[in-house]
Amino acid sequence: MNLSELKQGHTATVVRVGGDDGPFRRRLLEMGFLCGTEIYVEKYAPLKDPIELILKGYHVSLRVNEATCVQVENVRGGVE
Amino acid sequence: MPAKSLTIALAGNPNAGKSTIFNNLTGTRQKVGNWPGVTVEKKEGHLTANGYHLTIVDLPGTYSLTAYSIEEIVARNFILDEKPDVVVDVIDASNLERNLYLATQLRELDTKVIFVLNMADLAEHRGVKVDGNKLSELLDVPVVFTVGNRNKGTQDLLKTIISVAESDIELPRIRRVYYGKDIEKAIGEVSEFIKDKRGANLAYNIRWIAVKLLEKDRIVQEQIRSAATPEADAILNEVKQKRQRLRDFFDEEPEIVMTDHRYGFIAGIVKEVLKTVSRKRVDVSRQIDQVLTNRLLGLPIFVFFIWAMFQLTFSLGAYPMNWIDAGVGWLGQAVGGVMPEGILQDLIVDGVIAGVGSVIIFLPNILVLFFCIALFEDTGYMARAAFLMDKVMHLIGLHGKSFIPLLMGFGCNVPAIMATRTLESEKDRILTILINPLMSCSARLPVYILLAGTFFGARAGNAIFSIYALGIVLAILIGRLFRSTILRGNVAPFVMELPPYRLPMLRGLFIHMWDRSKLFLRKMGGVILIGSVVVWSLSAFPREVQFSRDYENEMATISDQYGTLIATAQGDRREELVKERDKTISALEAQRAVEKVERSYMGHIGKAFAHVFAPIGMDWRGSVAVLSGFVAKEIVVSTMGVLYAVGSDMDEKSEALKLALKRSGITPLSAYAMMAFVLIYVPCLATVAVIRRETNSWKWALFSVTYSTTLAWLVAFIIYQGGKMIGLS
Repeated sequence: MNLSELKQGHTATVVRVGGDDGPFRRRLLEMGFLCGTEIYVEKYAPLKDPIELILKGYHVSLRVNEATCVQVENVRGGVE
Repeated sequence: MPAKSLTIALAGNPNAGKSTIFNNLTGTRQKVGNWPGVTVEKKEGHLTANGYHLTIVDLPGTYSLTAYSIEEIVARNFILDEKPDVVVDVIDASNLERNLYLATQLRELDTKVIFVLNMADLAEHRGVKVDGNKLSELLDVPVVFTVGNRNKGTQDLLKTIISVAESDIELPRIRRVYYGKDIEKAIGEVSEFIKDKRGANLAYNIRWIAVKLLEKDRIVQEQIRSAATPEADAILNEVKQKRQRLRDFFDEEPEIVMTDHRYGFIAGIVKEVLKTVSRKRVDVSRQIDQVLTNRLLGLPIFVFFIWAMFQLTFSLGAYPMNWIDAGVGWLGQAVGGVMPEGILQDLIVDGVIAGVGSVIIFLPNILVLFFCIALFEDTGYMARAAFLMDKVMHLIGLHGKSFIPLLMGFGCNVPAIMATRTLESEKDRILTILINPLMSCSARLPVYILLAGTFFGARAGNAIFSIYALGIVLAILIGRLFRSTILRGNVAPFVMELPPYRLPMLRGLFIHMWDRSKLFLRKMGGVILIGSVVVWSLSAFPREVQFSRDYENEMATISDQYGTLIATAQGDRREELVKERDKTISALEAQRAVEKVERSYMGHIGKAFAHVFAPIGMDWRGSVAVLSGFVAKEIVVSTMGVLYAVGSDMDEKSEALKLALKRSGITPLSAYAMMAFVLIYVPCLATVAVIRRETNSWKWALFSVTYSTTLAWLVAFIIYQGGKMIGLS
């Protein structure tokens, strides 16, 4: 499962950051998207893109198609 | 005793409160410029303390010190090459874990580092307490606590800076990041291998180079390769093998594994220094965002803020604008009165004062606009604006942050282009700058009002609206075109932090506003000055022209003829005659003015370009008007006033000018083509100057001029010729 499939209010654990090896993947890792990190989906923007996430105690936004690179597991919580 | 000089570099994550600390340290003694060769903003400040002269350099805010972004390269190169005496790393205490990532990288460089734990009060509010002593002990680095927005701890920091700079402590070599057995082994081997290779451009700490090589750091690799010695090749080869071995072992790129280890190391530190003091978490910022980026309310509130910003800029700015306008007019008259008539007076009054005045007049708008932008930035709302608008801007291949600069373009392109400084990616910035002039600025409005008002009557509003829409459509098309050709590359990733909302400091707001406005004034001054003088000279020379008729004589004759008639006439008839005489004479004067322009260099140039403009429905007068609009587009109106023989002090509402235009052979179709041309063609002088300034290259400024003028001609051609083909006139 990847991050873009999560709904608002979900929490999940990062398994792996995929995508091609480039600045983007590296940047995600540097920002703390590491294996084992917990991510909470705070909300989607009014136009459904990008997503606002909370990890390591700070808020960060990511485009939906960028979020597909982040593999997650153990999805829990959620409003529905 | 001459003061000793120290250079202090300020590093830190974006939003860690670095610029507040910088402002607290240096006050208003700041210099804003660009880092050489790149478009990243460089801030420098000076102060004297304890007999030292300190130069504080504000490095770009970065999350890391890899070589992926210009900001990171700039920050890193400054530390490596300029060797500042102390590097101060500003750390957001409420966001310790991620901030320590950069901190550990700084610790790996051969430089004295001080950690500043900023906003620890905020951290405590959020329920965590940082043990500074522990952190200092664990990383062997002095730690200072500050609260930037209350100016707390600044003196402490200053003292620590000086004592650390004075001390000749051995740079700490212990407690670096431990990268795990296998990578440490590779680091050791590479270090050993490069240790005595003198011919390979190795100026830095050996371990650091080994680490960077294993991470496939572009810049370090390039540096070694540039030595072009067998030793350099041997090193690169060795590293390649080591990387391959690690990759096989971990089934992952070595740099990724190393990032993992750094965070692992940080997690260990965080565990020791961070204490959870309470479970209550009052996250005001998050609550504000429940409203401001709300699914339903977010966009309307954003639109309201933008509307308010424009209202403030143009309504509040209008008052001082009028004063400046009056002041410039008064100055022109005063100087004109004092100086003897002649060419020098014309140069000063019509060239310099009028030209520079036409730009200075935008200063109030710029001040207010920049104040609003500073407010958006310092509170943290700018990141939300980008968050809200990213989907829309993504259509053009741009980042959400490009929205504000583009929108500001409708007011004035000059501050709008300066506002692109908030964009991190250079390509995004250049693209935003290039399409910015397509946002029809307020100076073009008088031209539309004149032409549309004259030729479209009741449908003028629609015509003007369609021109604005044309600009937006073209911006989208051109944006996509440039994005897929000259500015190819992926859209900057949107990994953007949404920092907590903060109460801005008034002083900080004013410093930000003034920094940018100062830049506008200083840099615009020179180019505008030269440009106005050039345009003035072109229309003022040659001084003595051979007129086709002897206007002086004719006027004298008419004056005489009427003189005798008036002398004999009675009552009403007499007044009629006076009016008639004045009318005839002013018609002659206007005709002489036309001929004067026609025979000036500007007129010659206009005529030379006439056949270029003919296919888009403009005669030589149109081309002269358009050429003069290069200084500022509203000048097109006053030039047309002169050329269509109704006098120079015409504005867009003048009935006489409208009538003259209708008689001149301009059709609604050619008027519309001209409106489109005015929308698109060369940005005004101030805009070109600011493009040159902000992109740091004449290349982009010239490119902007060329592409926009070509595009303007093509679009006007399609409108005019296409319109004729389908039978419009």
